[in-house]
Amino acid sequence: MSMSSSMALATVGGSRSDALSLNGTEDQYVSFTVGTEEYGVNILAVREIRGWTPESRLPNLPDYVRGVINLRGIIIPIFDLRARFGGGKTEVTKRHVVVVIQVGERTRGILVDAISDILAIGPDAIKPPPDVDSGLIDAEYLSGLYTAENRMVTLLNVDKLFANEHGDHQDPADTRAIAGSAATS
Amino acid sequence: MDDLSRFKQTYFDESAELMAVAEAGLLRLSPGDVDMDEVNAIFRAVHSIKGGAGAFGFSELVAFSHEFETVMDELRNGAIPVTTDLIDTLIRANDLLGQLLGYAGDETDPPPGLTDDTVAALRHALSANRNSPPQPVAESTAPPASATPDDEDDEAGIFGDALAAINAARADDDPSGTGSGSATADRVRWTIRFRPKNDLLLSGNEPAYMLRALRRLGEVNIHCHLDDLPALADLDAELLHLSWTITLTADASVGRDRIDDVFEFVADDCDLQISADAPLPAVVEPTAPAASAAAPPPARSEPAAVPAPPATQTTTPPATTAPAAAAQATTGKGDGAKTDGPTKPRGGNGGGDHGGLTTHTIRVDLDKIDRLVNMVGEMVITQAMIAEHLRDLPPGQFQELQEGLEQLAQHTRELRESVMSIRAQPVSSVFSRMPRLVRECAALTGKEVLLATSGENTEVDKTVVENLVDPLTHMIRNSIDHGLEGPEERERIGKPRAGTVHLSAQHRSGRIVIEVTDDGRGINRAKVLSKAIEKGLVQPGASLTDEEIDHLIFLPGFSTADQVSNLSGRGVGMDVVRRNISALGGRIGVYSTPGEGSRFVLSLPLTLAVLDGMVISVGEERFVLPLTNIVESLRPKPVDLHGLVNKCDVMMARGEYVRLVYLHRLFGIPKAVDDATRGLVVLVETEDGSRLGLVVDEVLGQQQVVIKSLESNFRRLDGVAAATILGDGRVALILDVAGLREMSRHTGDSDRARPAPTPALAGPSPSPRQRQTV
Repeated sequence: MSMSSSMALATVGGSRSDALSLNGTEDQYVSFTVGTEEYGVNILAVREIRGWTPESRLPNLPDYVRGVINLRGIIIPIFDLRARFGGGKTEVTKRHVVVVIQVGERTRGILVDAISDILAIGPDAIKPPPDVDSGLIDAEYLSGLYTAENRMVTLLNVDKLFANEHGDHQDPADTRAIAGSAATS
Repeated sequence: MDDLSRFKQTYFDESAELMAVAEAGLLRLSPGDVDMDEVNAIFRAVHSIKGGAGAFGFSELVAFSHEFETVMDELRNGAIPVTTDLIDTLIRANDLLGQLLGYAGDETDPPPGLTDDTVAALRHALSANRNSPPQPVAESTAPPASATPDDEDDEAGIFGDALAAINAARADDDPSGTGSGSATADRVRWTIRFRPKNDLLLSGNEPAYMLRALRRLGEVNIHCHLDDLPALADLDAELLHLSWTITLTADASVGRDRIDDVFEFVADDCDLQISADAPLPAVVEPTAPAASAAAPPPARSEPAAVPAPPATQTTTPPATTAPAAAAQATTGKGDGAKTDGPTKPRGGNGGGDHGGLTTHTIRVDLDKIDRLVNMVGEMVITQAMIAEHLRDLPPGQFQELQEGLEQLAQHTRELRESVMSIRAQPVSSVFSRMPRLVRECAALTGKEVLLATSGENTEVDKTVVENLVDPLTHMIRNSIDHGLEGPEERERIGKPRAGTVHLSAQHRSGRIVIEVTDDGRGINRAKVLSKAIEKGLVQPGASLTDEEIDHLIFLPGFSTADQVSNLSGRGVGMDVVRRNISALGGRIGVYSTPGEGSRFVLSLPLTLAVLDGMVISVGEERFVLPLTNIVESLRPKPVDLHGLVNKCDVMMARGEYVRLVYLHRLFGIPKAVDDATRGLVVLVETEDGSRLGLVVDEVLGQQQVVIKSLESNFRRLDGVAAATILGDGRVALILDVAGLREMSRHTGDSDRARPAPTPALAGPSPSPRQRQTV
């Protein structure tokens, strides 16, 4: 589609192959910031990174579901990571970035503030998330923590992160329930 | 019959492809450099053609392709080397195969002797080059044939092939064949020579069973011939190398037909000679119908056609017709034979045009069509985009651009329709599965059911067709199980014993409408209502219209069957049907008259790819309403609006009260027009005929939109059928009118009203009971 190509900041395909050849045991992660926090996702899940384009809203969904955009003819949902972690809805600007992620058959976008780095992380360097109250943080979204030059990078499990918003594990009854609760809340 | 011819067409289409595969493969073959994959591919192609030919009874085709296949088989086994000659022969054989297919397609018999040269060449190739010598005889076809005039009737067929000769030779050698003893008074002695083709076992036949079956007919004496058995190293355990001579002494009552029956299923896969000994000589010759492939009709037509120029190898004085053909077969390069044929001559022997096997269809990978559909979709979007930009230009100028664009729009539409029609399929592929279902259901329920269908040729997009099977299955089961009465009950109330289920399809205003009608008892509304109340689906005391009661059967978990039967009654049926149908962008409605039957009406889009829609705006969002749902749009005057028990607004439109649904409230859209008199009301109608006034800000215009799935990357949303991409590249949701209606019923139309559990909330009048006379 017309605008998408011009807006794409970078594709990570090139760095992906470099990364793989560097070291077989290390995984590459794309890290990005939301506010002061830094998160990382496995680079193999990242399809592209693109600039923010206005989304079309979807009705009666939690506010971390920003809406949908047109990604070269396919329609993908955009999730607001800040809103997902309770930081309120992101006030988007042109400088905000969408990380397009491929999980299984599904493509989805995650709205973040900025891309910060590409990190090569060996499995030993990943620390398990601390034992926190599951009411506070749902630990299954997190696959671990990594320290990069005094910064802490929270590695996200993208499979789990928005799974319940994909109808992956639910039947239509649940769908109705979610839609209903969103409507009444 | 009709079905068969359809399969035949498929067979010819496929054969044409296979031949192309074979030819391409043959052309790539070169001596010394044999790609086994290639050889295998050719073998498979020929084998498939043979298989299909067998199924349709094209015996010439079977016989010839068998020859062809045999050579290919030897080739792939490495038994014979690839030579330039052989390749030429094979290419010729392939051409000939095409000609035979052409004749079969025209349902005419090929001219006699058409295949003789090639068959001879094939056999020559086989025998000349083979190292292992199972049949050195094969090379000299004629002499043995002449030596055994009494075996003429077998294989001689139109090919006069060497195999027959071999057989004959064998028969000659075989003393047991020359029936020695005379039969006793009322017992007949039969001599049966059973020589299966070596791939008999591959088709799942077991000679031992046949021999056993023969034993049941009388006293048998079986002699097994092991001469063809290859050396152990060469033995292919899956092939049969044995043949038998059986002497059967049976009662006179055991007729020839009983013996034929034993071999019925292998008739095409073996050489079978059956002869009765002395007492009944009359039986011997004329009835031995040579279970071989050659069909009788051409064989009989031969004497007229062939002036019998058995030039060189004069064989036997032909007592019967077949040897003539055999003789002719051996006339080497007698090319003239072809033109002697009684039927119209086909192009030259080596004519590369596949001998008139014309195909009117091509097979295309579905992916390619999908790409085309997508491309057309993108084009529709681009065109909409241009149209949008054009609107910004000063009016009056660029007249020609305007006109050109309109033309482009027209062409785009036509292109779209053509592309869609490529994917269109008649619904008959679904309908044709139903008779069986009906039979099974009828048997299970003990009811008598007639199935009538109409409009089977109505075409609809492939994806729609595929998704129709489940809903229709459910609906027909439901009609038989719940709708129809048992035969006794029907007789008692003066209906014909057998109930009728009528399945029909037709195009109506850009959609396909499928109806399942039964003449059963209709929906028992009292029972439905009490059941619904019992299950808590409806509040007690709620007053529902008949139509609303009828539609209760679509609620999840609803079932009126007192007993859960095998067929239905678990309360999942109609609920699932409705869900499946609405997933396709379709609607289902039910119309029932007690005592007279029910009618289920399905309405589906013709394609799941594109629809005509009206773009509307609400707040900053834009939506697409399917044009088929829209009745009209209007701006109501304040006097037209009324509040209904403070819960929802109704509007007087064309003499009817219509419930208003504020889209922005339903979807929680900010900055929208909240006052219907300042916005617009789009009157929409669902497939069941109920109307709704959708309050929106603005109607932006009509547009063809490409349906894009929301579910492939996200999930289904209430009130949303799908999504699309508008001219500016933004996504717009396509609204699902019936879904909106459901939502507004349950949430009470606005944020203020509390969700109401009963569908009856809608009140007395808002859904006008319209029975569309469809």
